[in-house]
Amino acid sequence: MIDTSTVATHPLFGRLTLESFPYHEPIVVATFVAVVLGGLALVAALSYFRLWGYLWKEWFTTVDHKRIGIMYMVLGLIMLLRGFADAIMMRLQQAMAFGGSEGYLNAHHYDQIFTAHGVIMIFFVAMPFVTGLMNYVVPLQIGARDVSFPFLNNFSFWMTVGGAVLIMVSLFVGEFARTGWLAYPPLSNIAYSPETGVDYYIWALQIAGVGTTLSGINLICTIVKMRAPGMTMMKMPVFTWTSLCTNVLIVASFPILTATLVLLSLDRYVGTNFFTNDLGGSPMMYVNLIWIWGHPEVYILILPVFGIFSEVTSTFSGKKLFGYTSMVYATVVITILSYLVWLHHFFTMGSGASVNSFFGITTMIISIPTGAKIFNWLFTMYRGRIRFELPMMWTVAFMLTFVVGGMTGVLLAVPPADFVLHNSLFLIAHFHNVIIGGVLFGLFAGIYYWWPKAFGFRLDPFWGKVSFWCWVIGFWVAFMPLYVLGLMGVTRRLRVFEDPSLQIWFQIAAVGAVLIAAGIGAFLLQIAVSVWKRRELVDRTGDPWDGRTLEWATSSPPPDYNFAFTPMIHDNDAWWDMKKRGYKRPLGGYKAIHMPSNSGTGVILAGISVVLGFALVWYIWWLAAVSFVALLAAAIHHTFNYHRDFHIPADVVVRTENERTRLLSGQV
Amino acid sequence: MSTTLTAERPRGQAPVFHVVDEHAHPEGSSTMLGFWIYLMSDCLIFAVLFATYGVLGANYAAGPAPKDLFDLPLVALNTAMLLFSSITYGFAMLAMEKGRVSQTQLWLAVTGLFGAAFLAIELYEFAHLIHIGATPQRSAFLSSFFTLVGTHGLHVTFGLVWLVTLMVQVNKRGLIPANRRRLMCLSLFWHFLDVIWIGVFTFVYLMGMLR
Repeated sequence: MIDTSTVATHPLFGRLTLESFPYHEPIVVATFVAVVLGGLALVAALSYFRLWGYLWKEWFTTVDHKRIGIMYMVLGLIMLLRGFADAIMMRLQQAMAFGGSEGYLNAHHYDQIFTAHGVIMIFFVAMPFVTGLMNYVVPLQIGARDVSFPFLNNFSFWMTVGGAVLIMVSLFVGEFARTGWLAYPPLSNIAYSPETGVDYYIWALQIAGVGTTLSGINLICTIVKMRAPGMTMMKMPVFTWTSLCTNVLIVASFPILTATLVLLSLDRYVGTNFFTNDLGGSPMMYVNLIWIWGHPEVYILILPVFGIFSEVTSTFSGKKLFGYTSMVYATVVITILSYLVWLHHFFTMGSGASVNSFFGITTMIISIPTGAKIFNWLFTMYRGRIRFELPMMWTVAFMLTFVVGGMTGVLLAVPPADFVLHNSLFLIAHFHNVIIGGVLFGLFAGIYYWWPKAFGFRLDPFWGKVSFWCWVIGFWVAFMPLYVLGLMGVTRRLRVFEDPSLQIWFQIAAVGAVLIAAGIGAFLLQIAVSVWKRRELVDRTGDPWDGRTLEWATSSPPPDYNFAFTPMIHDNDAWWDMKKRGYKRPLGGYKAIHMPSNSGTGVILAGISVVLGFALVWYIWWLAAVSFVALLAAAIHHTFNYHRDFHIPADVVVRTENERTRLLSGQV
Repeated sequence: MSTTLTAERPRGQAPVFHVVDEHAHPEGSSTMLGFWIYLMSDCLIFAVLFATYGVLGANYAAGPAPKDLFDLPLVALNTAMLLFSSITYGFAMLAMEKGRVSQTQLWLAVTGLFGAAFLAIELYEFAHLIHIGATPQRSAFLSSFFTLVGTHGLHVTFGLVWLVTLMVQVNKRGLIPANRRRLMCLSLFWHFLDVIWIGVFTFVYLMGMLR
């Protein structure tokens, strides 16, 4: 039994001392200086251009699902840069550390980097991107004016930011976990990880987890309750369907993560024995629980992306999606099956042959609905008039890449094969193959597809193609060597190597990582170029791709209220149906529109949560108590505000819609 | 939302693509569904704690077992407090339906008192256990026992804070639709905790005595 009271804590600063700041690590110091300078420059620029008021009023406190969606995307992009910096550092270390060389990262630092890379990429890159797209697109696709709980949406976003902030703080104050991204005990328990790393991990994920769960509830309600009249469940766009399943998965799995991390923190803070090695604790219990959350999490990331591919394939093939019904059923089946496979993450832990067989078979069964989806997309393209715009290019790259990742997944699902390959670089190659080749490619397809909707101009295709080819080739060059290395038995998370014959593979992989870096660079450049050339790339129609679903029926960017009149739906591809049957946009009869009001409470609550998390990480008990009370008080105070909505006056609607009429007629 | 939902119109007539005579979504129309989904997610937290208790609950580590610790008459009294509080909350909701403010407030107050009595008895039980050395640190059984029962207790505590807040709000604004909705949510929450407690009582206390 370990008692945290044995750690020397200062009454005012807890265990925070001068030594907690990693000023002796030159890489961290350089990063810190760069971040501070960049931050100061940003603050100075915002102050110079007097943008603080605008940001606060129009963005930070907004309850508009579109703006919140965009903010999620910005968060994901910023964290992608951080997570990728970790990745390229690892690639460099592993390419160097041969023949007696220790590389340039010590073990202490290296272990934090691979942990941070995993945590950031899943929780703070993939999740914000996916949530951001769902937030932006779903209400538009179902013809709604906002989500069910607009304030909660803002709060969820800021809690996600809060978690990200806490992780970023760990870079400069104290350290991050050195346990791997799922923090398995007993390593993550206080006996073996007494420092702050695991505590940062726990509180960052708990704070962000609140946001994720609430946004899941919000989007389920939105899809169930706020669809436009006529849109029955089987007339919903496929992206909305996959979003619904994703959010069901979120609500049904994130509480498990929350509870599991609570148990781990009780072990660490109170000295209980859930996952310890003695007094009846069972680390295996943690591994089971975390994967009961962790496997559905994989599908939380991939399902919405399957929805994106469905929308893109059908739009750019100029055809109705092949096998809509089977697509919906495949999604639902994957949703259910995702709860029955978690044990395949630890076949080697000794559950016995029959248990392993059960989970091996359920895992293989998942490839059936997934395969059905791939065929549906192929048959949609078959005899279609395919336009190879950027979203479609990413979709084709996905189909080729993801199938390989899927097949290596089925291979790993065979328990005897897994006994050989588990914990090896083969596994690393497999899940990067599905997460990059699936989730990330899909997110890019989605970003290119919906960018014109969000901003009213397209992204520059030249730099987009540069980015595309760098990413796709870079991915193959970076990860195929890892399959080879894994088959040769190289395990994951190693910092130095003995066998010189392996080095060439790591060097090839490092080249791939550099190519991906070029892809990210080209993407950022593309955004800058596109903003610069936005007049040339402008889209006045609101429907630049000849789209099929409702989001293309309104202007780009859509007005605050999305639709002046709530649309009526008669067909799966509602907007296509409207265009085909000679829909005339109404030019008058506008009324005032009822909308939710902005609120700063989300920012405040999330800010206090970050302070609370920081205080708990550093054992600053007084601050933890004060911030907890403040959190409660601020939340209760918010409930005393009963005026949460307003009306957009009819003349504002008239002005906005007349402007659109003018733009539309100018186009013709 | 709209009054006419006819997708198939008679031949010759142009299809209608938007709602002309629109009614706004009544405020809070998704609240009950949303809150119910939240409760189900909370239910999963308890599911994890029950599962953990199920797996680790027999790991006494040569320490005390349920039979040595549990005082069933006390727990029965405690259970009665919580069940009574659910009944009185039901009375509060009946009064609310009839629009009687002071009667609603009265029953809410009684509910709060029963809830507080439940918490007091639980705290007494915990203090007693810790006093005799059956602390959460003693064994995995006790870790999972304290966490499961304690989490339920924390929920009741939170419910009490919420109850007091709502009583203040009803006092300030009466039984307006927003307050009625909030009382309905707390009602769901309160009964949900009752259901969880029945699980705790059966699974932890009664079955613990059989082991």
